[in-house]
Amino acid sequence: MSADVMVLVEHRDGAILDTTFELLGKAKSLAAESKGEAVAVLLGSGVAGLAGSLGAAARVIVIDDPAFEAFSPSAYQAALVPVVRDREPTLVLVANSGAGMDVAAGLSAALELPLAAYATEVTMDGGSPRVTCQLYAGKIQATVRFERGRGIATVVAGSFPAEAGAGAGSPMVEAVAATASDGRVRFKRLHRPEAGDVDITRESVLVSVGRGIGDQDNLELIEALAKALGGAVSSSRPIADAGWLPRTRQVGKSGLKVKPKVYLALGISGAPEHLEGMRGAELIIAVNSDARAPIFSVAHYGAVADLLDVVPALTARLGG
Amino acid sequence: MGRDLPVIKVDTVTELEHAVVEGVDISGHWNRMFSDRSTTDFPTEAMDWVTGLAGGESMRDCYQCGKCVPVCPVQHVGDYGPRKLNAKILRGNNLIDDPDLWLCTTCGNCYRVCPKEVNPLKIMPAIREQAVLEGKVPDELSDAFRNLQKSGNPMGESPRKRIDWIAEAGVDVPIISQLDRAVDVLWYVSDYTSYHPRGKDAARAMARVMTALGVDFAILGPEERSDGDSARLAGESGLFELLAEQNIKAFEKYEFKRLVVMDPHAYNAFKNHYPRLGWQGEVLHYTQFLAPLVDRLTFRSSVDLDVTYHDPCYLGRNNGEYDAPRKLLQAIPGIRLAEMPHTKANGYCCGGGGGGMWLDGFVAEHVSERLSERRVREAVATVGMDGSGVLSVACPYEPSRFEDAVKSTGNDGKLAVRDIIELIDQAMQPPAT
Amino acid sequence: MDYVVLLKQVPDLAEDLEIDSAGTGLDREWMSFVASEWDEYALEEALHLRDATGGTVTCLALGVQAGDVDELLATCLARGADRVVRVGSFEQSPDSHSAAGAFAAALDGIPHDLILTGVQAIDDLDGQVGPLLATRRDLPHVSVVTHIAVAADGKTATAHQEYAGGVVGEFELDLPAVLGVQTSREAPRYAPVSRVRQLMKTATIEKADGGGGGSGSGLTIEAMAVPESGATAEMITGNPVAIADRIAAILAERGIGAGAPR
Repeated sequence: MSADVMVLVEHRDGAILDTTFELLGKAKSLAAESKGEAVAVLLGSGVAGLAGSLGAAARVIVIDDPAFEAFSPSAYQAALVPVVRDREPTLVLVANSGAGMDVAAGLSAALELPLAAYATEVTMDGGSPRVTCQLYAGKIQATVRFERGRGIATVVAGSFPAEAGAGAGSPMVEAVAATASDGRVRFKRLHRPEAGDVDITRESVLVSVGRGIGDQDNLELIEALAKALGGAVSSSRPIADAGWLPRTRQVGKSGLKVKPKVYLALGISGAPEHLEGMRGAELIIAVNSDARAPIFSVAHYGAVADLLDVVPALTARLGG
Repeated sequence: MGRDLPVIKVDTVTELEHAVVEGVDISGHWNRMFSDRSTTDFPTEAMDWVTGLAGGESMRDCYQCGKCVPVCPVQHVGDYGPRKLNAKILRGNNLIDDPDLWLCTTCGNCYRVCPKEVNPLKIMPAIREQAVLEGKVPDELSDAFRNLQKSGNPMGESPRKRIDWIAEAGVDVPIISQLDRAVDVLWYVSDYTSYHPRGKDAARAMARVMTALGVDFAILGPEERSDGDSARLAGESGLFELLAEQNIKAFEKYEFKRLVVMDPHAYNAFKNHYPRLGWQGEVLHYTQFLAPLVDRLTFRSSVDLDVTYHDPCYLGRNNGEYDAPRKLLQAIPGIRLAEMPHTKANGYCCGGGGGGMWLDGFVAEHVSERLSERRVREAVATVGMDGSGVLSVACPYEPSRFEDAVKSTGNDGKLAVRDIIELIDQAMQPPAT
Repeated sequence: MDYVVLLKQVPDLAEDLEIDSAGTGLDREWMSFVASEWDEYALEEALHLRDATGGTVTCLALGVQAGDVDELLATCLARGADRVVRVGSFEQSPDSHSAAGAFAAALDGIPHDLILTGVQAIDDLDGQVGPLLATRRDLPHVSVVTHIAVAADGKTATAHQEYAGGVVGEFELDLPAVLGVQTSREAPRYAPVSRVRQLMKTATIEKADGGGGGSGSGLTIEAMAVPESGATAEMITGNPVAIADRIAAILAERGIGAGAPR
């Protein structure tokens, strides 16, 4: 067993994803405590050049092989199993993304390494990790340890600052040949969303609605408020799923990550998947009828009320 | 499931085909009575299917007289009409995939005037049940069904939170499981009275009024479940039975003399439908319970208001109680009671019955305005001209429906919506200084 | 095509969750249970796929004493599943590793071309059942799936995996395989109570042994807590107009909306 903290690197279109930098920054400080190294594991084809941007890592293990041209759960899992088994890191950090979920749970079962999911905080205590996880749609948080001191954590995006892991540098690069592959899941293509009428990532004021709106007709009230504020309307997942607003307006894990000056969360309970996408907003004001809604744990201002009562009053107050 | 239908015998023709009387040929031609008529050109499968359902039998009796047309509230705001249902079924449409199936609020006004006693209160639930079994339920209605099944109330709220309103009642509200003794009145609070912010106002008022009267009462609290009547009328008879079993189990656990209910739909369920599921007892709507006690109410303030009263379909027309609510209103000092044109047996439906409460979005797509909006206009015309008008109600579905309608019709400030119990409670408080 | 759907029940979040006296679990006194939302999407997808390709849908649900797994399985039949199986016998909801172990053991006796389950559940502290099970049975897997199609020859399937920003990866998988379903093409269909109740009396609910149970999650829960709501938020109280006034003032301080300094 080593004291290393390993990070699985995710990249798309030749660039490292922000979530990887978030993990790397954390890995660096954890490794300093555990007296090990922060080790980044980079899989891909023609990706050796990306290693230089992983300066926060002490070491980058690169598996550069045409088999990893694109992400595949089965191929990644097959290649990573021997790496994690042989290096025995004390902790493996994986982003809680679609890809990360597949790989982390796959590694956990293959290597009988415990897995702590939906992590929002990781600390080292006596050389072994302690992980804080979100459960029950964010209504409960659990603090867990790995029974034998080692394990994997999938980390919710936005839990750690990306800046701490984004520095350039010259980590030791270790090229490793893939010892196994698994072609049973084959990447075909990437579908990108059509550009929407509004780019919510560039708006400085977002009026965001969730399930609490109740009826599609009530969107008019939200539009009126957004207009009065000079902002745009965004939403949580259920509103986009219902087709009431286009996908391009969806904030969160499967939608867009936004950092507006003001984020008004109306009738949004604040599931972890949503919080991922908006917790970076400068000012968050939440209105929800459930006093225990998790949205209030990230909001700067909160009000327990029915949005359908507050919104018309606010619009009127703003002269809308 | 056929019935003995009257058979018109057409096989014995007693007219002559050719008749010459005193040298004059008076032969006519075959009357349409004796040949295929247009109505029999249509396939009969749909009508046979509908009338074969338990509850659907009376649909065949319609003879298209049109008496139902002017009294149907939905007919006023759209293409729907009870008579048209019969015509559609005659033309082979069994309504399963027709939006009309969900527009009827089972208000019962067409049945009241129908010379043939064609009864949509039985027909609609019967056809709707088949649609439910085929999974053809509008989404918003199936959400309400799911919530009722899961939590015993249409909002999907926790059963524990059914008593949250008690905290601000200002009086003690005993929960029967904690009393360990018999009570005179088991007060069935009902869903919207327990959970909806405006319903809670009525619950608190009722608790204060009963306390002032010294009534020996208790509530079921978290054991109470939705009465299920609107689910039944919306076609989910299994859900109705499930909820009824849960309520009956609770009723049977405790000793009480009578059941007093806030919700006319609950009144209808307990009085007319729970007996066949094994529970029978005295049931009173709260207006019926309080009306005989009116002389014992101590009023301390005058309520200087012009008030009209909306008869709930399931208290008035479908259960015949028109007097108790009016007796209470007339007893409140200062109230000037005025009747709307549609009143008592011809009361205009709020649109919430028969599942309409959970079909607002669906119905809105098929009507020009909500029934509640039409009713509010009528109330404004009756008492709402100078800003002191009140539309009084006696059904927990109505405050939220009518208050929304007051806003959406632009009558904000002209008309207030109050449950009768709120007006009584207000008049029993000391005058505001 | 034999489709298998894996389901479990989770606490209903309509009830406020409370922590038990030990501080490491949930207080179960008032807990009620519902089918895990994503598992219901998995079933809905399976029913659509079966209707398109022919075949069967078999539902496997964890046999947990708390809650009512037989009602869940009867609901699956009411929605159109062909066969239902209660897997294992647990006093309380098992962790994901144990659940995956029980499902993996039960699958020995159940034909399966495509296994669908919810991408996640609100209580899967130790990871998601789909990839855990797939790895135990050495099957390929994809999580966060929003679209599924099965090839005409029945040997492969196409699955869309969702990433941030609405980007979607399209994969082809060899069958048999496991998919973690994020959402279904249509909202899960309504199961009429009368049919569920009838099926509760008449339907056959098979039982499958959940195997030895496995080694558990390998996690030690030190503490559970309800995050302090509004710990950071300043709560605005009052009626809706008062709330609106306060929000308008907060916005105006930041130069947003009417009344802002110009």
